[in-house]
Amino acid sequence: MMDAFLHQFLSGLANGSIYASIGLALVMIFQSTHHINFAQGEQAMFSAYVALTLIKAGFPYWAAFVLALGFAFVSGMAIERLIIRRFNRAPVLTVVIVFLGLLFIINSLAGWLFTYNVQTFPSPFPPGLGNRFLAAHEIGMIAVTLVMLLLIFLFFRYTSLGLMMRAAAYNPDASRLVGIRVSHMLALGWGVAGAIGAVAAIMAAPIVYMEPNMMGGVLLYGFAAALLGGINNPWGAAVGGFLVGVIENLAGAYVVGTELKLSVALIIIVVVLVTSPAGLFGRPIVTRV
Amino acid sequence: MRQVSVAYGQSRVVHDLDLSVIEGEITTLLGANGAGKTTVLRAISNMHVRVSGEIRFSGQRIDGWQTEDIVRLGIGHVPEGRGTITQLTVEENLTLGACTRGDRNSVAGDLERVYSYFPRLKERRRQQSGTLSGGEQQMLAIGRALMLKPKFLLLDEPSFGLAPLVVREIFGILRRINMEDAVSILLVEQNASLALDLARDVYLLETGRVVLNGPTSIVKNNASVRRAYLGY
Amino acid sequence: MEGTVQHAVESESARLAHAAGRAARQPLSTVGVVLLLTAAALIPFVVSSFYLLQFTMVVITSIALLGLNLLTGYNGQISLGHGAFYAIGAYTTAILLEQTAVPYWATIPIAGGICLVVGFLFGLPALRLEGHYLALSTFTLAVATPQLLKFHALEPWTGGVQGIYVSTFAAPPGVPLAWDQWLYLLSLSAAAVMFLLACNLLRGSTGLAITAIRDNPIAAVSMGINLPLYKSATFGISAMYTGVAGALAALVTQFVAPDSYSIFLSLGFLVGSVIGGVTSISGAIFGALFIQFVPNFADQISKAVTWAVYGSFIIGFAALAPTGIAGFLTTIVRRLGLYSKAHQGPVPPLPRLGSGFELRKRSK
Repeated sequence: MMDAFLHQFLSGLANGSIYASIGLALVMIFQSTHHINFAQGEQAMFSAYVALTLIKAGFPYWAAFVLALGFAFVSGMAIERLIIRRFNRAPVLTVVIVFLGLLFIINSLAGWLFTYNVQTFPSPFPPGLGNRFLAAHEIGMIAVTLVMLLLIFLFFRYTSLGLMMRAAAYNPDASRLVGIRVSHMLALGWGVAGAIGAVAAIMAAPIVYMEPNMMGGVLLYGFAAALLGGINNPWGAAVGGFLVGVIENLAGAYVVGTELKLSVALIIIVVVLVTSPAGLFGRPIVTRV
Repeated sequence: MRQVSVAYGQSRVVHDLDLSVIEGEITTLLGANGAGKTTVLRAISNMHVRVSGEIRFSGQRIDGWQTEDIVRLGIGHVPEGRGTITQLTVEENLTLGACTRGDRNSVAGDLERVYSYFPRLKERRRQQSGTLSGGEQQMLAIGRALMLKPKFLLLDEPSFGLAPLVVREIFGILRRINMEDAVSILLVEQNASLALDLARDVYLLETGRVVLNGPTSIVKNNASVRRAYLGY
Repeated sequence: MEGTVQHAVESESARLAHAAGRAARQPLSTVGVVLLLTAAALIPFVVSSFYLLQFTMVVITSIALLGLNLLTGYNGQISLGHGAFYAIGAYTTAILLEQTAVPYWATIPIAGGICLVVGFLFGLPALRLEGHYLALSTFTLAVATPQLLKFHALEPWTGGVQGIYVSTFAAPPGVPLAWDQWLYLLSLSAAAVMFLLACNLLRGSTGLAITAIRDNPIAAVSMGINLPLYKSATFGISAMYTGVAGALAALVTQFVAPDSYSIFLSLGFLVGSVIGGVTSISGAIFGALFIQFVPNFADQISKAVTWAVYGSFIIGFAALAPTGIAGFLTTIVRRLGLYSKAHQGPVPPLPRLGSGFELRKRSK
């Protein structure tokens, strides 16, 4: 009984690591642009396909991993420069549908280039790594995510570029006054977010299997995680992600079957938000009169 | 600045302005609320304004340039509201000032110099800037601008909302910076008397036009001008 | 941060509302409306059966989009979940027709009524949510709906995964119209009623209250507007519109199944709403035309990447007409000088200098 619970809990953490990454990517872009990138999941999925293609072409796993990350970084920057920048002054809702349009485009291109057939994605973690609570890949997922979160933290805290990017996100005007090229920082932010998303998709792929729609549910959970953690708080989003993963699993195992677990998990999250509108770790919303 | 007009959107706020700051000197720009003083500074930095006319720095035209590029030429702007990035610590804000400089080695030295000007900042170096008092934030803003190693400093009402003692401290530092590092200063102020003590030249702005300009010594000693335009 | 975003959104949309909202409040000359209706009424007699079906769906979708415009454009509450109300309306009709003796035309107002109540009830807790939080909650609604419809415990009513077939009916005796022509005209009449209702709603003091809530909720409260009541009521009314549309759609397609009401339906509504012009009544029509015909057009351009083409159209339209087609047309009409100078927009306020700066009021 306890065993089963622990298994569900830890498994939830493994899934949660994916949601944490996506949530982090969403918050990063939100902090600098005040928009939710609804196409984040599709960007991640596409990068995972790039990795798969490289692996099939004979590249070793980790080489493909790094190259796919590079692709995600560059394509993220490109999307920001070429498309998103044009909508700087557009109304919020218009930007929302631009993201939706982007979602359609990337999804459709992926289906066309890589087919809609469900494919398997290899896991780099030897099966022997697993124990009775967690499969080998699940342990690997958590480890990779934690390492990535650590690297991101160190980057933003202790490097000059990281400081500049944070400044540009917090206060673009003041940043310009110290000579920071804010638009470059924005593009870089999109690149980093894209890379984070790619890590999430590549880690998730062995479990959810590769197909163009694989990231839909994940994006939704990532969005929920970001809100749960307080939309302005990147680390809140990460914690939120792990929390969402656990809630989802426990809801699926103990409350309703897998049929409804997506709905139940989301309903739980919404209830939390209604009672605590700024999220669990967010700052309270101050409205200027 | 020559024949400069500045507008926000459709409304023109500054009209046909001619203004020069002598290199190495302190010039002050005075005027009532809404006269357009802040707008003049924003025109130089090209922040949120539409400018027509010529703006030159060391002979080079900078009107129409991006703010970041203007700053990188060596123009530091301490805006109204101070513009400290509240989510970052004091030290992070200061280091930010130097982040675009090429000479990484002297940054640490410059940081110590700024701390020597503003010891209170050193005490609070790891504190989040948002928690600082108004005076400390002003010092932080000036300190950050100094980290740019600017040749020209724009200050927008540094005395605003600060206790007189603190203001005098800050103005003292400004005089030191001007004399020791040969930094030219354009000072926008509401506090006319303090500004006139510090500056060499004065421009008086009224509804977007210059109505008076000249050396402060003359303006200070001319009682009728003082009473008419500066109210004391 | 949230406050700044909220305020930016509100002042932006306020400015746009001035532009596009005027289109709604403009007493659209009765002649113009009559002409439009007459032209629309003639359609069943001049187009083929295939296109008649398309146009019927355009009319129906425009009702749904009008509901969304009321909520999101005029009242500022975003909804990514209106597909749920469409589904509720559709299933209400299907269940009533197959399991009771209620006549088909009566199911429409019943569906509307049920959605009115459900929407109102949903709007109550949603009061505490703004912006992205509301988006997530409505998204949850949209995602939950097909799952609930498939849920085995509800199968006796919903028909589970397989859905419900709605039996056909003929035009009323004495009316010499084919079934699909009759259905088109029925939908058109329903649309005319709903649009008229919306016009009246928005033109009066209710409309002012609704938009005041969007632009400045705190000021609205201090003016005595009962915020919770109005916001929930707007949600309910908006749901009602979409529910009516869903009911009509069930009659037209004669089949309801859970997968027809996926999240893509809700997202499609939002896309149509914004592309048509979210703060306008005519925008609902333009939006409906877009989401009905552009996907087909995209399919003709490329079968392999249909949705990529569709997405490109969305981005293209958004770039060319950020305030929607309705807003775009209003700007053109204004540029041509057809409106008098009195309609010029207000002078924009001084820009804010970013969140770290304090904005000091200039006494002038």
